[in-house]
Amino acid sequence: MKHLMSGNEAIARGAYEAGVKICSAYPGTPSTEIFENLPLYKDSLYCEWAPNEKVATEVAYGASIGGVRSLCAMKHVGLNVAADPVFTAAYNGVTGGFVIVTADDPSMHSSQNEQDNRYYAKAAKIALIEPSDSQECLDFMKYAYEISEKFDMPVLYRTTTRVSHSKSLVEFHERVEHETAPYVRNVRKNVSTPANAYANHRKVEEHMAELQKYSNVCPLNVMELKGSKMGVITASIAYEYAKDAFPEDTSFLKLGLTWPLPMDLIREFASKVEKLYIVEELEPFMETEIKAAGIQCVGKELTGNMYELNPQLLKERIFGQAPETVDVGVQAVSRPPALCPGCPHRGFFYTVSGNKNYVVAGDIGCYTLGAAPPLSAVDSCVCMGGGFSVGMGISKALEITGQTQKKVLGVVGDSTFFHSGMTGAAEIIYNKGSIVPVVLDNSITGMTGHQDNPGSGYTLQGDIAESIKIEDVLKAYGYKNIYIADPWDLKAMKEAVNNALNSPEPSAVISRRPCLLIKRIKHDTGLCVVDRDKCIGCKKCIGVGCPALMMKDGKSSIDPNQCVGCTVCAQVCPVKAISRKEN
Amino acid sequence: MNTKSALLVGVGGQGAILTAKILVNGLMRAGYDVKMSEVHGMSQRGGSVSTQVHWGEKVYSPVIGKGAADLMVAFERMEAVRYADFLKPDGIAVINDYAIPSSTIAAGLVEYPDGCLEAMQSKFKCHSLNAAEIAMELGNSKCMNVVLFGAMTAALNFGDIDWEDVIKETVPEKFLELNLRAYEAGRKAVLG
Repeated sequence: MKHLMSGNEAIARGAYEAGVKICSAYPGTPSTEIFENLPLYKDSLYCEWAPNEKVATEVAYGASIGGVRSLCAMKHVGLNVAADPVFTAAYNGVTGGFVIVTADDPSMHSSQNEQDNRYYAKAAKIALIEPSDSQECLDFMKYAYEISEKFDMPVLYRTTTRVSHSKSLVEFHERVEHETAPYVRNVRKNVSTPANAYANHRKVEEHMAELQKYSNVCPLNVMELKGSKMGVITASIAYEYAKDAFPEDTSFLKLGLTWPLPMDLIREFASKVEKLYIVEELEPFMETEIKAAGIQCVGKELTGNMYELNPQLLKERIFGQAPETVDVGVQAVSRPPALCPGCPHRGFFYTVSGNKNYVVAGDIGCYTLGAAPPLSAVDSCVCMGGGFSVGMGISKALEITGQTQKKVLGVVGDSTFFHSGMTGAAEIIYNKGSIVPVVLDNSITGMTGHQDNPGSGYTLQGDIAESIKIEDVLKAYGYKNIYIADPWDLKAMKEAVNNALNSPEPSAVISRRPCLLIKRIKHDTGLCVVDRDKCIGCKKCIGVGCPALMMKDGKSSIDPNQCVGCTVCAQVCPVKAISRKEN
Repeated sequence: MNTKSALLVGVGGQGAILTAKILVNGLMRAGYDVKMSEVHGMSQRGGSVSTQVHWGEKVYSPVIGKGAADLMVAFERMEAVRYADFLKPDGIAVINDYAIPSSTIAAGLVEYPDGCLEAMQSKFKCHSLNAAEIAMELGNSKCMNVVLFGAMTAALNFGDIDWEDVIKETVPEKFLELNLRAYEAGRKAVLG
């Protein structure tokens, strides 16, 4: 029987079938559902959310040293955070098979850049495996663990949004337990002193050379020979696009093990076709190597190195066959995502949105949406944890250039605080920053779809956990005043921000209210209504940027299907025309 | 046979993914190879979203590009216009005659465009219905997506598939009766 599964669900199933025992990850779109599905198999394996990707990678790699097969997973930018242990794990090698999933996001559906993480495999000198659909997501996991153990190296397992989030039919198999030898200390292998690392580098080169040889016969690299006129070398989701875009009689070399590249196989394939195309999304990762090997081919000059491809784009760019489309003559206006009605972040951003002297260093999460109009209350957003430390740099720059009228607030969410905000909070205390750190604590990892974190009180496997209190951490660091306010109470929120900014001592703000989408909490929701007789049409309420609010015939109007009764709009109304209806 | 594809477009939170799931479950039963693509993450927060379903004897790409969809189901009428160039010139559109203002419209920065439905009707074979109103009449606005699903099965011939049975298999037991009525109402809105 076949099951309809996303690539991410299939990877989780693949890890289970491959006998994996320890799994650690930090959520990030488009990788999150891999770990959301692992608890299905918790009788056979242990899985957890780690505070960040580096920790997850270290936990999984430690498990490998401990002898068991292990898995970590992250979105593409997560691998930037985790890069440190990956490069040295490549030198030390593995004991139990060790697979690192990176889910890249071409077209940036939910990301801050579209970096191509295949280059990490080349840079770290490790194997790279790329499935193209859900069945391969499952099946290739077993090969990944075999390759990891056989060639003594971590394996980078790369998907893209369309591989991770597309659903296709999958066949299951039984789990095969992986035999574990008793643990033995191995200093030479696992302690990367300079002397050991020196010796290990030679070993890495030898293993890569062996893997390179193997890549030519690896069952993941398959020739589909048809006609001799056109040949396509491709991998990952680009294979699926190319199969739809190229004529029936095109020959394919479909690669599943894409680093090191099977150059003998590629040469053989190239000799069988008149014209060779390299079809890959984003960077010319394969093409550059193939061209450097002296093999004639075309690729990026046709397909481009930005954004996602699809079959129609390939037809247009490679064969000049533009799709026939219809222009209906009406233009849709943009529909950017927005903070949900009742979102606790709104109260904080509204509080700081009006003051031109505030500089708000933002971060990654739902609260990045505080940058959107009409709130427009965020000055920067770079990476996880950047809210505090990028903000620190901004405040130092403003200080050194004498722009002291500017007040800097650094903003992170609760999950981001545990991810990499804590180090920034230490930096601010240690180096006497004149920036106020603000934690928008909604008790969950929101944007990725509600995953638990060290502050939420639960683990991935559903057990009750110690809930680390953000104020306790900040207090321990040396913050003297920590102002905690409910962002649904604008007056209290404003007071907290003012108090922190005006305090001569190191101070921090915690804006605290749980995300309304958390199901296990009973929320105090209701419904706000506009008294049209009182409303003067001043649009002040519209300024809070709530999707439930809009102007109708010159007066404010609230959509009862969307409103949750947070009263933030009611608090800004100068004539008290909005009130909460009591149930 | 050639493959067919459906494009479901709307606003994050409207329930397009469930609609696509019922469709996929039915197509699987009919023995087709099926692929479905969705996007998670930031765009779900009230942004414009699209879900694609691609089926046939053998399907490769889970996504389609411009001018390639046989059927569009628009959960919101401005979204129909936004994705109109993904529809084949002889494609069919099922349009929910329902408007959700975007945050930029609500803030008064831009206006909701006039004539979305009429523009679609002038260029494509269209079926329009107010699924939001129909769902409210049935007693629960949340079944709007299944009303649209019913309309979709009436607009395009998917072959011999027992959709009511597929719905039974896909939706939770406690909403089954409501969803079956929603399905029927959607079909009726198209077939008359």
